[in-house]
Amino acid sequence: MSFKKIAKEAPKEYFLPGNSACAGCGLELSLRWALKALGQKTIMVAPASCTNVIVGLYPKGAPAIPFTNMAFAAGCSSASGIRTGLQARGINDVTVVCWSGDGGAFDIGLQSASGAAERNDDILYICYDNEAYMNTGTQRSGGTPYGAWTTTTPEGKRQHKKDLAGIFASHNIPYVATASVGYPIDLYNKVKKAKNIKGFKFIHIFAPCPPGWRFETENMIKVAKNAVASGIWVLFEIEHGKKTLSAPSEKYRDKSKRIPLKEYLQLQGRFSKMTDKEINELQRWIDNYWEHLEKELACFG
Amino acid sequence: MKEHLKESVKIISGNSVAAWAARYARVQVISAYPITPQTTIVEKLSDFVDSEGWDCQYMRVESEHSVMAFLIGASFAGTRTFSATSGQGLFYMNEMLHWAAPSRLPIVLTVANRGVAPGWNIWADHQDVIASRDTGWLILFASSHQDIFDTIIQAYRIAEDPRVYLPIMVCLEGFQLSHTIEPVYFPDQSLVDEFLLDLPKNGWPHTFLDPNRPITFGSLQIPGGKVATPSSMYFEFRASIEKAMLNARTVIKEAAQDFKKIFGRDTGDLIQKYKCDDAEAVIVCAGNMARQAIAAVDKLRSEGLNVGAVKLRSYKPFPIQEFQELANNGVKGFGVLERNMAFSLNGGAASVDLKSAFYDMEPSPYVVPFIGGVGGRDITMDDQCNILKRVLNVIKNKERNVKVEYINFHGRFE
Repeated sequence: MSFKKIAKEAPKEYFLPGNSACAGCGLELSLRWALKALGQKTIMVAPASCTNVIVGLYPKGAPAIPFTNMAFAAGCSSASGIRTGLQARGINDVTVVCWSGDGGAFDIGLQSASGAAERNDDILYICYDNEAYMNTGTQRSGGTPYGAWTTTTPEGKRQHKKDLAGIFASHNIPYVATASVGYPIDLYNKVKKAKNIKGFKFIHIFAPCPPGWRFETENMIKVAKNAVASGIWVLFEIEHGKKTLSAPSEKYRDKSKRIPLKEYLQLQGRFSKMTDKEINELQRWIDNYWEHLEKELACFG
Repeated sequence: MKEHLKESVKIISGNSVAAWAARYARVQVISAYPITPQTTIVEKLSDFVDSEGWDCQYMRVESEHSVMAFLIGASFAGTRTFSATSGQGLFYMNEMLHWAAPSRLPIVLTVANRGVAPGWNIWADHQDVIASRDTGWLILFASSHQDIFDTIIQAYRIAEDPRVYLPIMVCLEGFQLSHTIEPVYFPDQSLVDEFLLDLPKNGWPHTFLDPNRPITFGSLQIPGGKVATPSSMYFEFRASIEKAMLNARTVIKEAAQDFKKIFGRDTGDLIQKYKCDDAEAVIVCAGNMARQAIAAVDKLRSEGLNVGAVKLRSYKPFPIQEFQELANNGVKGFGVLERNMAFSLNGGAASVDLKSAFYDMEPSPYVVPFIGGVGGRDITMDDQCNILKRVLNVIKNKERNVKVEYINFHGRFE
């Protein structure tokens, strides 16, 4: 797949211009690419997050698909209900998607998502991760990385990011993937693949937030790519239990090919207070993560 | 092939009646989570679906919050939905109760009422449902096993009426109704089919799930001011719930009339009156205490006292006109016996509501508040007789501002 092919395959926009997203919003671009892969026959549920705001003020709506705002903890449970209701009416040709922020996915919505995953409900669960509660003004979430400033961690977060994809992989669902708005073709392909798999699918998209992370809007894609290049964000797929590294991350499997972590951190104001000791701690966590990942990959040859 | 249930009489628990009512109503989607004393409802439904091959989508989810979220999703998709919960479960789903009403979804939820923890109490108590008072749900109380069936069937008819499109709770008291056993008459399926409305072919007209007609639902609205703007309709939407709640008054009455025509049973509508025509004092109760009140009234009538009983069948919408009419027809005193506490308001919730209903009446009838049966504590027929006698005394002595009386209360309360 290339941009040219995607433009041909999915020319229509399903997240319309005129929406209320900030300039350089990682969420908005992720949603736009995801919807291109999903197409017209999609119903989307969005629990409380920036998404609820950027779709626009009533009565206008940016999504060109059926879309509902939803209570914070009720994303996957209501999406499962829609899927089941449609099934009861004999409608089986629609993809039901729950589109959640990291607060909704890592924290308040984890229970209902775990329930839906355990039941293997036929929905696609996408978490766009901007690593804090951005809609309420940048408070720490279970997805906020160690050392990051937020309004509720003014001296930097003291805990590491939760392994959300690992949690969903533990539910033995048919498809788990990580993606990044910095690699839209990879993102597009993964959403398209997930759409055609029956059961509970989880995709975790890395989506930088210029105002929340304190960087210039024009650097959004650069920040996203640097995350992958530094190894702090890893792109992979787990299909029916088999884990494979995706092409953009394969390039950085060798640690010597990665950019220094500092190069990723220094573009963002949220890490500006981090000491060298703290940066070393974050690096240790990244190295640990890769070490574990390599063992997993080795299991599948 | 649609199932066709045959006429029968079953000796059956209140919870099983609720499950059978859902089956008779041809519910399409159920979502449930166990909690005492409701649990045997969802167990029975599991038997229906898994062991008896009843054609219904049944999702056992991981919490009550998810139960209601799931049913909201399923109802968005235009299906007839059902669940059951109790006490703590009703509290845990509270956020989604508030979501269901403005979404205008005709969900029916059975509440096997129980006490509020701590301390743990699983017995008959109405504090749970009273805490849901202003969620935008209609609240109906059943008072007997037969009434559980009749009320659930009527609930679908009322909720799915386009003038209403609001969710409904059907309440039955834990254990006293849920786990006791009585004979119940079950009709031929054709009668229920005739009574209920046909589901719209393409889902409820106001929902949004057709990909060919994409709608964004539930978007942000700004407060607005003196001038109406398309983006500031929030207040107007809230008011539309009030409008539907008022419409429900008419729809509840129509449903009760049609029900009587088809099934031959008079269930009452917003209230059900017993010997109220020449009554000077009446006792007002919800749930199974209303049924026992009939015996209390008969006993006092045999002693020559002019008393009656009013079953509060609909708590939301509250039967303001019906109570005013009773007062206009000569009822001078209302003893309100409740299993809930409207803290600091000198009585249970309905006694406060009744006072508000009578506020502008001249002369204003006597409202005498009683609290009893809390956490399943005994309320006997004699207790109810004493309540009626007390109300007669209040009328005789022209007592105003009568302090709430606790029945079978053993604590010290100065």
